[in-house]
Amino acid sequence: MSLAQFVKNQGGFVNVNIGYKRGETVLAWAMISPWVAGFLLLTAFPMIASLALSFYKWNIISAPVYVGLANYHKLFFTDPLPMHSLKITVIFSLASIPLNIVFGLVIAMLLNTNIRGLAVFRTIYYLPAILSGVAVAILWQWIFSSDFGLLNTALRVFGIEGPAWLGSKIWVLPAFVIMRLWSVGGGMIIYLAGLQAIPTDLYEAAEIDGANWYQRIFRITLPMLSPTIFFQLITGVIFTMQIFTETFIMTNGGPANASLFYLLYLYRQAFQNFKMGYASALAWVFFIAILLLTLILFATAKFWVYYEGESEGDD
Amino acid sequence: MSSKGVGLSARQIISKLFVYLILALGSIVVLLPLQWMISTSLKPLSHVFRFPPEFWPQKIVWENYPNALTQLPFDLYFFNTMFIVILCLLGELIVSSLVAYAFSRLRWRGRNALFIVVLATMMLPRQVTLIPEFIVFRHLGMIDTFWPLILPSWFGNPFYIFLLRQYFLTHSRELDQAAVIDGCSRFGVFWRITLPMSKPVLGAVAIFSFQFHWNDFFRPLIFLLDQDKYTLALGLRFFQGTYGTEWNSLMAVSLVVMLPLIIVFFFAQKHFIQGVVFTGYK
Repeated sequence: MSLAQFVKNQGGFVNVNIGYKRGETVLAWAMISPWVAGFLLLTAFPMIASLALSFYKWNIISAPVYVGLANYHKLFFTDPLPMHSLKITVIFSLASIPLNIVFGLVIAMLLNTNIRGLAVFRTIYYLPAILSGVAVAILWQWIFSSDFGLLNTALRVFGIEGPAWLGSKIWVLPAFVIMRLWSVGGGMIIYLAGLQAIPTDLYEAAEIDGANWYQRIFRITLPMLSPTIFFQLITGVIFTMQIFTETFIMTNGGPANASLFYLLYLYRQAFQNFKMGYASALAWVFFIAILLLTLILFATAKFWVYYEGESEGDD
Repeated sequence: MSSKGVGLSARQIISKLFVYLILALGSIVVLLPLQWMISTSLKPLSHVFRFPPEFWPQKIVWENYPNALTQLPFDLYFFNTMFIVILCLLGELIVSSLVAYAFSRLRWRGRNALFIVVLATMMLPRQVTLIPEFIVFRHLGMIDTFWPLILPSWFGNPFYIFLLRQYFLTHSRELDQAAVIDGCSRFGVFWRITLPMSKPVLGAVAIFSFQFHWNDFFRPLIFLLDQDKYTLALGLRFFQGTYGTEWNSLMAVSLVVMLPLIIVFFFAQKHFIQGVVFTGYK
């Protein structure tokens, strides 16, 4: 599936070949002019500039020195940390994104069973999703405390002696995955809306045909919801790969670089060591990595994302 | 066979109870971290490090809050944060809705192609452009000012443009045309018809924007240096660096920093939920 098709499926890809009016065109360009300016100044130019900068060595004070591909050579071959941090960032994302989708879907399906108190449950599950940033990171740092933290205290109730979480090379990534699961309500609310939009006659027809709950979920619910899940997957990759604040506050990349997520490493190179050229190369490699992951997902979409008939919203 | 009759079968009742049980257990798990936060924030420090830990504070120390909050110039950081958040929010609302209107209600050549560019920038990790952006703001002498945090919001946010456009598309075109025939200008249609009809989605954008800039840590960390210009997020980070193990104080301050968001959430929950639905549905 191409991006254009994706947009088309989002609705409202109008056929505007007929009846342009000069006045409308002028007004339209006037209205989008701030965005055009922003795109040129804050996106297009900086992207080209950072690509150019990635071939230089520059400490921001003295003049930049052209070094060819040296930054990329270092990034891939001599400095072990960029690939290490990319690897743990991908591993973290591969664990965190599917788990958030599955939990979000299950909760949404449970809420979508005509239960009483839907609004109360929905509020409770959604609340953590609005909280993020430093305060949440500090809270979870305390929750993961090995002796006095909430998690290990709760585990002790079941007779389990929990690990040191943030102090353990093995458990630090699972800790971040658990923390991100707390905000599963963000996806849940979207799936719930998607579920409520599935026409009930589909289920009625399935029931007449004798479909069991398993068939109803895998033949109706999930296919009908697949565009929503796909959208969540794409935005999830972009959002999750950019994890920064939590690791900066809770572990500062430790122990032994086990939670040195990519952006933390990039931040250190750019804004603590002022290696602007090297950091630009890091940024571009990160961009390509995310782009590749996204493109792979788009390529798989035709096997599992189901779009119903024609797009809606054309005017 | 499930029946559509009046009563529920025993199996249906059991499965319903099972659903409630799971949802209730899940709710407890979700709320527990917040309970833990409140409970810790009210304990004396000696009780924080008691083993086994107390779920409910056995001795309540309300003074933790005033004590902790006076360690920071909290009012200054609150003011700085509000200043940035409100200016960002206004910029994002005004500019994004203008852009979204052009992408949904006006007909012009190149509209679809440019909209793909908007979507592509939505998917672009901001860190790719961050270093040159930093250099540009440095050349403009804007490091350690609020400008780098506020200005980008006044160029429109692709995510909100997308959201508003989707909503504007649902309005009927006939209404616009009728107004134009009655002598209303195109801009007048936007101002007097489209915007008033779009209050729910504008509310959602406002809330998202508030939430994002309130929680934002990365950009203030990079662009602000002077402690007097800190936002709450930076102040909290500084506090953590100084009082690293005083968990009762840390929880108290963190909770206070979260509180405005929680309050906004409870009052504007409907908008929150509606907004999320607009973004993620299909």
